[in-house]
Amino acid sequence: MSAADALGHGHARDVDPYLLGRGGGHGSGQAVATGRGAGGPASKTVVVAYGFWLFLLSDIVLFSCLFAAHAVLQTATADGPAGHELFKPANIAIETACLLVSSFTCGMSAVACGVRNLVWTQVALLVTGLLGVAFLALEANDFAELVAQGFGPQRSAFLSSFFAVVGCHGLHVSAGLLWLGTMMAQIVVKGFRADILRRMLCFNLFWHVLDIIWVALFTIVYLIGEGR
Amino acid sequence: MSDNLDAGDVAAGFAEPHEYTVWEDIQGYLFGLVLAALLTAASFYAVYTHLIWAPAIPIALAVLAVAQIGVHLVFFLHLTTAPDNTNNVLALAFGVLIVALIIGGSVWIMDTLNDRMMPSMDHIMQMQR
Amino acid sequence: MPPPFAQQQERNNVFGKLTWDAVPWSQPIPLVAGGIVIAAVLAVVLWVIVRGYLPYLWNEWITSVDHKRIGVMYLLLALLMLLRGFIDALMMRSQQALAYHAAGYLPPEHFDQIFSAHGTIMIFFAAMPLVIGLMNLVVPLQLGVRDVAFPTLNSTSFWLTATGALLVNLSLVIGEFARTGWLPYPPLSETTYLPGVGVDYYLWALQISGVGTLMTGINFVTTILKIRAPGMTYMRMPMFCWTALAANLLIIAAFPVLTATLAMLILDRYLGFHFFTNEAGGNMMMFINLIWAWGHPEVYILVLPAFGIFSEVISTFSGKPLFGYRSMVAATLFICLVSFTVWLHHFFTMGAGGDVNAVFGIATSIIAVGTGVKVYNWMFTMYGGRIRYATPMLWSVGFIVTFIIGGMTGVLLAVPPADFQLHNSLFLVAHFHNVIIGGVLFAGFAGITYWFPKAFGFRLHEGWGKVAFWCALIGFYVTFVPLYIAGLLGMTRRLQHYEVAAWRPWVLIAGIGIIILLVGAIAQIIQLVVSIRQRDALRDETGDPWDGRSLEWATASPPPAFNFAVLPNVGGEEPYWQIKQRAIESQQMAPEPAYKAIEVPRNSPTGFITAFFATITGFALIWHIWWLVAVGIAAAYAVFVWFAWRDVAEYEIPAEEVARIDRARRAARQQWLAANAPAGGPA
Repeated sequence: MSAADALGHGHARDVDPYLLGRGGGHGSGQAVATGRGAGGPASKTVVVAYGFWLFLLSDIVLFSCLFAAHAVLQTATADGPAGHELFKPANIAIETACLLVSSFTCGMSAVACGVRNLVWTQVALLVTGLLGVAFLALEANDFAELVAQGFGPQRSAFLSSFFAVVGCHGLHVSAGLLWLGTMMAQIVVKGFRADILRRMLCFNLFWHVLDIIWVALFTIVYLIGEGR
Repeated sequence: MSDNLDAGDVAAGFAEPHEYTVWEDIQGYLFGLVLAALLTAASFYAVYTHLIWAPAIPIALAVLAVAQIGVHLVFFLHLTTAPDNTNNVLALAFGVLIVALIIGGSVWIMDTLNDRMMPSMDHIMQMQR
Repeated sequence: MPPPFAQQQERNNVFGKLTWDAVPWSQPIPLVAGGIVIAAVLAVVLWVIVRGYLPYLWNEWITSVDHKRIGVMYLLLALLMLLRGFIDALMMRSQQALAYHAAGYLPPEHFDQIFSAHGTIMIFFAAMPLVIGLMNLVVPLQLGVRDVAFPTLNSTSFWLTATGALLVNLSLVIGEFARTGWLPYPPLSETTYLPGVGVDYYLWALQISGVGTLMTGINFVTTILKIRAPGMTYMRMPMFCWTALAANLLIIAAFPVLTATLAMLILDRYLGFHFFTNEAGGNMMMFINLIWAWGHPEVYILVLPAFGIFSEVISTFSGKPLFGYRSMVAATLFICLVSFTVWLHHFFTMGAGGDVNAVFGIATSIIAVGTGVKVYNWMFTMYGGRIRYATPMLWSVGFIVTFIIGGMTGVLLAVPPADFQLHNSLFLVAHFHNVIIGGVLFAGFAGITYWFPKAFGFRLHEGWGKVAFWCALIGFYVTFVPLYIAGLLGMTRRLQHYEVAAWRPWVLIAGIGIIILLVGAIAQIIQLVVSIRQRDALRDETGDPWDGRSLEWATASPPPAFNFAVLPNVGGEEPYWQIKQRAIESQQMAPEPAYKAIEVPRNSPTGFITAFFATITGFALIWHIWWLVAVGIAAAYAVFVWFAWRDVAEYEIPAEEVARIDRARRAARQQWLAANAPAGGPA
């Protein structure tokens, strides 16, 4: 199969994953509810992960509205500056790097969780958090400079939409950092309990999706705006 | 359902701790990181140099962005084609459809509306100068 | 309502914009109405405390995470808000009946708030809770499982919805409500033209309850896709569960759009952004575009579960399985997907041009095909069956006739040139009331009557139910057919007074119609009171009062906390019907299962307390009491962390207790079986 298989992920369950042989139907709460879902209620981890994935998709729809507003209002600069006059490529590159590496370190914390190593889990989470803080600090600095120059969100519709979409992402990162801190505390106090592990899984999903949104954001807002 | 972690109780796409080594897992994330970094660098390169014909830059950026998102989905979020992942993939497809309808639909509608609107007073004055 | 806060000086900084002037001392109608409501609420609270019901209420209802309890609370909220919205409607109809070449009795600023509140309350706090309440009550039972995927989240969803309802009703006595209509189009809704608190009440009430609704969507999609009884494949799910799935998928897809759009308006109003303003490049049509991108899926969120309810009721009371199950599933998913491609038909007249209008007009006409498939399937279900005209069936037949008419006027409006004549006329108003009342409201009453015995253990009084139905049906037509005609004659919506003689007779007839609807509403209340008084005579002994076909009828009425002692094994469609037929033929019940201890989620005050702080935060945001906003948010976060810190999430019901409860149910069933043996003995 693909590279994923070589790395040991996404193992297909050995025996008849689509349950074409109509296995039983006498539910055992298997972790894998394949085969038209006739295996009875899925396990808690599967349920929580799926529910959180749905929440993340709803969040993506929320961002898409802000992106749509930005797409429509891009040219409504009210005789003010346009994107390419305002954005600093160096800062954007650094912010992108921070977030991408933090996604990697978040993945490392998941690996450490998988082998129940407390120290490495906390180290990886800490680095993730610090990179996130660096990202936010840079972004807040950029915002403050823009406002000081008189190019805040009240200046034009274009700037309103810019501050809204980038700011919304920043708010999500801030909430993620708050969550991160709480998780680090909880792992220390309660250990690698089943529900704590489920929350770690959700946090991982959240942090990776934040990076996905940033990819869309810097492409659409900064880079395409730059080219205009 | 008891709250003890049963063997095999993993989310779709995530494998159990003893099914592979830690190094193999790290490799997956590392590969994703390198790939994503290359794609990001390519995006910045496309915009800030003249390697790509200017009118094609937005499309190139879009393609690179989609590729990066794909890398994230596969290597970081472990979205696969395995049957236990079907619900996740379908949910993603639904989400992508909605996003496309909202952004595409809004841009089409608003562009048509804007074209058919009278220019604002300042614009008219400017055009008359 | 107090005079507009035109030049707002925040004299009293501690309380932001809030002053004693916020109470409508000089306006008799809201003053008296508000006074009556406050007195009634206080009386109820006092009665609860004096009779010692408070611990029971707190432990069994307020902190409950049981889907059945939460469902009942949603329905209670819905019915109360339906009453409030109906009173607004009474005021609007009576004002219009009086205001021909006259001023009527409601000044324009007041009338504007009434029609805005009517729409907002009816859609968000009556229709949505009605539908969500029935889904909560029934879906886990029909799926043969113990609860939804995230029970505490479920409780939080309900209490956040209640917070929204509370804030909107609070605007009656403190401050004012929005004067924009139920959708706050800019630039009217910007601070330039409406600087008061009205629009802010609207915005925060909907943002807060919108979070609750989104969480419900996630909860139910996860439940339906991941938590079903063993053997229940997708094509063995009851139709109500399929429509619940489609509606909740739409909630997940659409409600973020509402949140984002209202957030942009909030940014405009609170921080001076320029998304939708007149100046600095704002684009007002963008609001209209986005809000209807939510608004159209919203009406399908309301109507799809309604369709599901009718599928259940019609098949049960025709004594036949639902006709064309697969095509029903296909039609449901078709409607779900296409509902996201039609939203421009709400603003055909706003300048998008022929090409855009044509595409959306065609899509709108196509979506009617899905509903058409469903209507034919319902009719074929009834054909050849032995139909029992109990109250739920009456509502269903009334729905089929009424909804078809409403749907046809909808397809008429889907043609852009026709819509140019009829947009924002009373024809439009009559159309959407036709489909919402005929569809959602009739379904709500059918569902409540149908599942009431399951929830409470006794049926509702049939006689009064029939009175309520006929009054609603006749009252609906007498009220809204004249409005169709007046709309065709050119009368626009939201008129506080009018001078055109041709419209007068129709407005007057509509005024009579709403009196008939009022009688129907009173009949509903009487039905409830009488049923409670006669509950022993109306008792549901076995748990299956209607000869049902799906799994909820396998449980006792009301079901125990764990729903099923042992999760049923599902072998085909209509699993309970199979179980019942087998038992009747062999004249014996299935053998007693091996009872095991069951773990049940603990009750939690998290939902209630979070909503409490959400109310405080919302109120503080509306009145610009910034320190209180910070306190509210911090407190809400603290509650969340406190909840996340708990170590024990479940408690255990011992096997003996499970056995005792279930044996009582089996005994009741055994009695029924013996009393209803088929002639000639077992087969």
